[in-house]
Amino acid sequence: MEFQASLALVAPELVLSLSGLALLLAAAWGGDKASRLISILAVAALVGAGFLAAPALCNGASGPDTLAFGGQVKVDAFAAFAKLLIYLAAAASLIVAPAFFERVKAMRAEYPVLVLFAAMGMGIMVSAADLVTLYIGLELNSLAAYVLAAFLRTDERSAEAGLKYFVLGALASGFLLYGMSLTYGFAGTTSFAGIHAALAGDMSKGALFGLVFVLSGLAFKISAAPFHMWTPDVYEGAPTPVTTFFASAPKVAAMALTMRVVVDAFGAQVQAWQQIVMIVALVSIVVGALGAIGQDNIKRLMAYSSINNVGFILIGLAAATQQGASAMLVYLAIYVAMTIGGFVAILMLKDANGEPVEQIAQIAGLSSHRKVLAVCLAMIMFSLAGIPPLFGFWGKFLVFQAAVQAGMVPLAAIGIAASVIGAFYYLKVVKVMYFDEPANVAVGKSDWAHQALLAICAIFISPLGYLLTGWLGGMADKAAAALYFVG
Amino acid sequence: MGGLPILSLMLLVPLVGAIACLFVDAKPARMIALVATLVDFALGVLLWANYDIGGAQWQFTERAQLFAGFQWALGIDGIALMLIILSVFLMPICILASWDSITKRVGEYMAAFLLMEVLMIGVFSAQDLFLFYIFFEAGLIPMYLIIGIWGGDNRIYASYKFFLYTLLGSVLMLIAMLWMVNEAGTTDIPTLMAYDFPAGAQTWLFLAFFASFAVKMPMWPVHTWLPDAHVQAPTAGSVILAGVLLKMGGYGFIRFSLPMFPEASAQFVWLIWGLSMAAVVITSLIALVQHDMKKLIAYSSVAHMAIVTVGLFAFNVQGLEGAMMVMLGHGLVSGALFLCVGVIYDRLHTREIDRYGGLAINMPKYALFFMLFTMASVGLPGTSNFIGEFLSLAGIYQANSWVALISTTGIILGAAYMLYLYRRVVFGDQKNADAAAMPDLNLREWLMLGPIAAAVLWMGVYPESFLAPMRSDIAALDARLARAKPDGDAHLEAGTPRGHAANALADGGEAEGEGGGHGAEPGEAHEGGAH
Repeated sequence: MEFQASLALVAPELVLSLSGLALLLAAAWGGDKASRLISILAVAALVGAGFLAAPALCNGASGPDTLAFGGQVKVDAFAAFAKLLIYLAAAASLIVAPAFFERVKAMRAEYPVLVLFAAMGMGIMVSAADLVTLYIGLELNSLAAYVLAAFLRTDERSAEAGLKYFVLGALASGFLLYGMSLTYGFAGTTSFAGIHAALAGDMSKGALFGLVFVLSGLAFKISAAPFHMWTPDVYEGAPTPVTTFFASAPKVAAMALTMRVVVDAFGAQVQAWQQIVMIVALVSIVVGALGAIGQDNIKRLMAYSSINNVGFILIGLAAATQQGASAMLVYLAIYVAMTIGGFVAILMLKDANGEPVEQIAQIAGLSSHRKVLAVCLAMIMFSLAGIPPLFGFWGKFLVFQAAVQAGMVPLAAIGIAASVIGAFYYLKVVKVMYFDEPANVAVGKSDWAHQALLAICAIFISPLGYLLTGWLGGMADKAAAALYFVG
Repeated sequence: MGGLPILSLMLLVPLVGAIACLFVDAKPARMIALVATLVDFALGVLLWANYDIGGAQWQFTERAQLFAGFQWALGIDGIALMLIILSVFLMPICILASWDSITKRVGEYMAAFLLMEVLMIGVFSAQDLFLFYIFFEAGLIPMYLIIGIWGGDNRIYASYKFFLYTLLGSVLMLIAMLWMVNEAGTTDIPTLMAYDFPAGAQTWLFLAFFASFAVKMPMWPVHTWLPDAHVQAPTAGSVILAGVLLKMGGYGFIRFSLPMFPEASAQFVWLIWGLSMAAVVITSLIALVQHDMKKLIAYSSVAHMAIVTVGLFAFNVQGLEGAMMVMLGHGLVSGALFLCVGVIYDRLHTREIDRYGGLAINMPKYALFFMLFTMASVGLPGTSNFIGEFLSLAGIYQANSWVALISTTGIILGAAYMLYLYRRVVFGDQKNADAAAMPDLNLREWLMLGPIAAAVLWMGVYPESFLAPMRSDIAALDARLARAKPDGDAHLEAGTPRGHAANALADGGEAEGEGGGHGAEPGEAHEGGAH
């Protein structure tokens, strides 16, 4: 009976893994010709999983009813919120892929299957309630991701990205495992609740080391400075649809996982991790902003932008309050929309032969021949910079509000002042598109799926997005309440 | 106004116009923009006509709970009303000013301007702290595009400078706002205006707001973005920058800094006075040596804005009223001066003062308008700026006579650089054949300059129309500031009344005015009377 209840709780993961296996078989028989159909079915599986995950969020599920498999997995509203974002991002990167890969005759049926497995791994990550579950989810996601990064087998850059991602990812996993083993050694248990109980009171030096290593490993995964070095190379080298995926879904998963670990497992040692998170947040903001200034490849620029944004999201974590968690979730939702919109716009930048255009100098004067695309990209840039009235402002607003309410005015003031540095390079992209003489390179036609996806993202981050603040905030509050549920 | 959400309508009309402009060609875009701004002007007139002077402090209020964390709250008092009227009055003129001179990407240009109008009205009518911030910051985007796309040679540098400078100023204000809302538990501006923040916190809050408003104002020494932005912006962009955007800084001081942090305002009064005095003298002197007409007017704007800050921080009714009147007057006059520059720039495509000369001969009508606005900028009685400058300086004189003394040199230096400019451009020999061949004003230019000239004279001759709606709001602000008011340096002592008139002849009796310090000798008495 208990086993059945557990299975019911992990229904989204079941759907994803079963449909992943079935589609893998279909891919083996159908070959690459069937890849479009398999993509569609994979999107359908993600949508189905999303519908199965949604009720937990709407009901604000929390507490012991959400624990499955003897407390190894926690399927509460928080996990559901993160899962929905992950599924949306995964579906988006499936939708944009065919048009990109078919041009170089590299659309393989394995792509949607790998994305499905990665999404399942991320689902396990965000619902982990135990260090072992955490690690299984993380590796399930990572192994799929390494293959995805190297998906263009014949492209040197893609192979390089895959290798780099693998080596550095393995290093990060090593950090994480080392930290986990220390934590286990001092707490005597791998379950988050058990660690929380065991470490209550004074924390020993060894456990502190464990915490630091766990956080370092996670910082790798969310590409927070000073563990960000792999990000620009991987983002640049990986095929753009894969980069879309990397920049959105795993970020949400790793960030949610980090929140889960620090709140659930190390919730009694707030002051121990709070200062680490504060430093990491500020360093990420500054490194992301300064690093982006010299970039001339737009994908690398977006990589630094993601480092920058992770810094802002971590400000919410540094607040260490339920409000901070809620703000982070809203920020993540907006960030996913901005990132997907941004990469879809980059996918749409093609020259007359359909070759992708990635150099910023090549999109000079884009506003004169691709008006709508230029407007959308400019909106995304201003939104990433956090300039109102675009919706990106709202995410920053909420995390800074949480920080101020937690009494961290200096942190908020320094963080927001550093955001002005970031505004510089976002402006540079707008300047190149609007102020410079047209280079007339990016003139290629776009796929309708790209256009539709970009339109949705653009509407979401436009001022109309503010109408959703009530709904989005309510959902995030439920999720954050579930995260902080004590029972 | 039974139920008609007129402020929302005023925001909606240009917004719809802006979206429409993006999708049409040059010609219809111009028409759409003109119609939208004229409709908004008509709505503005309606707003003024229905404004109940002496009625509720906040009128035309609208509330809608559309968002989480803040609400769609609009409403105006007399101060905001006057600034909204200024904005909607200048907008159609800006559209006319760009009618022929903008030839590339007309639709986007008009859309950017209409968007600016939405945001300006939004800033002045927002009654929610965060709604205000959103409107306040959002103005950066269209202005960045206007300067960067349609500006002059060095436009990219100027646009970056404008954007980053003003952004850095405002983000710290956001943190202060977050703190205030957390402390007071409301985002409602009228409630916050009456909330007493602890004096220690006020210091920091004031500085954070000051960082934003001082840059927007702009105060010396953070004014350096302004000359660059002005020179590079197209004519209409300069008009909007000088006419309305600079007023956002002054509006910020009068709406936020003064009523919300009265103690801190008093604490920092010497900072403001010092910077203003420095601005008056330094930027006036800089204006005197400019070769570029627009730069000259830009520096004169900084000097005039310093008179505004001096008036605002005089902590009395005269000073506050004067500051508001300078803002309105300067909005009209500097806008008009930029238009005057634009008129000849369109003909000769240079702003170099030396390239012109003797325009009074071939452009007499233009010379007349230019003279009126020059005189108004100098502060000639009968024009708008006289009222404001006189009141501001009268206000500051009560607070500190030395500050008044130094600020007044701004008027003298203003006369110097404006008259020097006018002489070089309009009088003298016709040095260049191409400048001598320029035709006089056409109908479109008449339509631009005529209404401003009328408004300038109206404000100068009958300022009561403009002061009346603001009177009760300024009195309320003065009452709020009374507890923190710094001591004036005049220390007036009431003397005992004399038994006879001051100019009475000596044989009329011994003078007894001990406190007044007036001599009783007939010659002096006569002199005093003759003044």
